[in-house]
Amino acid sequence: MQVPILKQGGVLIATIQAALSDADLLELRTALVQQVVRNRSSGVIVDVTAMDVMDSFASRTLLEISHMIRLRGAATVIVGIQPEVAFAMVQLGLTLEDIPTALDLEEGLAYLQQKARSIN
Amino acid sequence: MQRDKNLLKEPAIQKSRATELTRNEPKMELLRELVAHLRQNRTLLREEWVARIAEAQLLTAMTQEEIFAEATSVYDSYVAALETGTFEALQAYARNLSERIIPRGVETHEVVGIVLLLRDVLARSLFAKYQTDFEKLNRILDAYEPAANRIANTVAVGFVQERERVIRQQQEAIRELSTPVLQVRERLLILPIIGVIDPQRARQLTEQLLRGIRTNRAKVVVIDITGVAAMDVTVANHLVQTVEASRLLGATVIVTGLSPEIAQTLVTIGVDLGKMNTVGDLQGGIEQAERLLGYKVVTP
Repeated sequence: MQVPILKQGGVLIATIQAALSDADLLELRTALVQQVVRNRSSGVIVDVTAMDVMDSFASRTLLEISHMIRLRGAATVIVGIQPEVAFAMVQLGLTLEDIPTALDLEEGLAYLQQKARSIN
Repeated sequence: MQRDKNLLKEPAIQKSRATELTRNEPKMELLRELVAHLRQNRTLLREEWVARIAEAQLLTAMTQEEIFAEATSVYDSYVAALETGTFEALQAYARNLSERIIPRGVETHEVVGIVLLLRDVLARSLFAKYQTDFEKLNRILDAYEPAANRIANTVAVGFVQERERVIRQQQEAIRELSTPVLQVRERLLILPIIGVIDPQRARQLTEQLLRGIRTNRAKVVVIDITGVAAMDVTVANHLVQTVEASRLLGATVIVTGLSPEIAQTLVTIGVDLGKMNTVGDLQGGIEQAERLLGYKVVTP
């Protein structure tokens, strides 16, 4: 299942809408890393509201996406982690360290805007 | 609980079956004689018993009249249990009695003590009655002792079970009362924790906090643990996990009021202090939270 990537101003938004296979996640990684430079985006939001399981492969891929996008000159925010998922992740030691997180899409956009303002 | 009761019953059933086979008739007769004796001397023995209770300074939480009234009912149920050999009525009475006296601070040793006193008083009266016929006294005691011990057992178990039920109920109530998640400003939550945190309560706190962050759309949470004297390594780890899980939801956690002991525990388990945001007291925590949210305090 493919993840749609929307462009909103200088921000790319990828909304994961169902459980993804490992291949889907890798595909998402490739697509985001390509498009972020092609669209001259300054930020990427990955919305995981619909994911009710986050395994180690998924969180490692999110970590990789974030690091690769940083190297391509933009910032990543993960939004919409469910409370139960968050606690399960922490117990497994998957804390997504140094990736910014936000409650939902709105918060993620606000975070990126604020970050853009502080740079300018 | 159901299983416990059955466990208690089984050996007794087996025993009574064994005696039924060997000398059922004489035993029934002896018990009848015993009960008749106890009925006849009811007033005297009951007074003797109450005097012994007062002497041993048991049930000090109750007045003399109350003790006498309860002693009368206990005595009658005791004799009835001896007569019928069934303990359900006595069990129900013991539970009812426990329900009434537990809130008044009656202790387990007092309840066990008075039942044992009654057993002794009755045994003494049997010694006095049959002192001339040693053979008969022996047979009477054979019939009396197992039943009396069983009665003491029933009453004590009933009391302890009732106490445990009360304790469970109170634990439940404390648990429900003890985890408020309060919103003090737009997007700022406070979670004051007071008392002992066991792993179960810690888990519940975390659940409530994470849910609270979502429903209140909180950006900053102040967890105040001034009221927690100490926590073990498991709970301290849980606290750290809660902080990290909150961050995954996009909220910053500030922990305030760490006692020296808890600080020691956190250092011992090697918490990454970069992740933990701690401030000395609740006031400082709220001030920092307001700064993070962009509030400015203006003094006129």
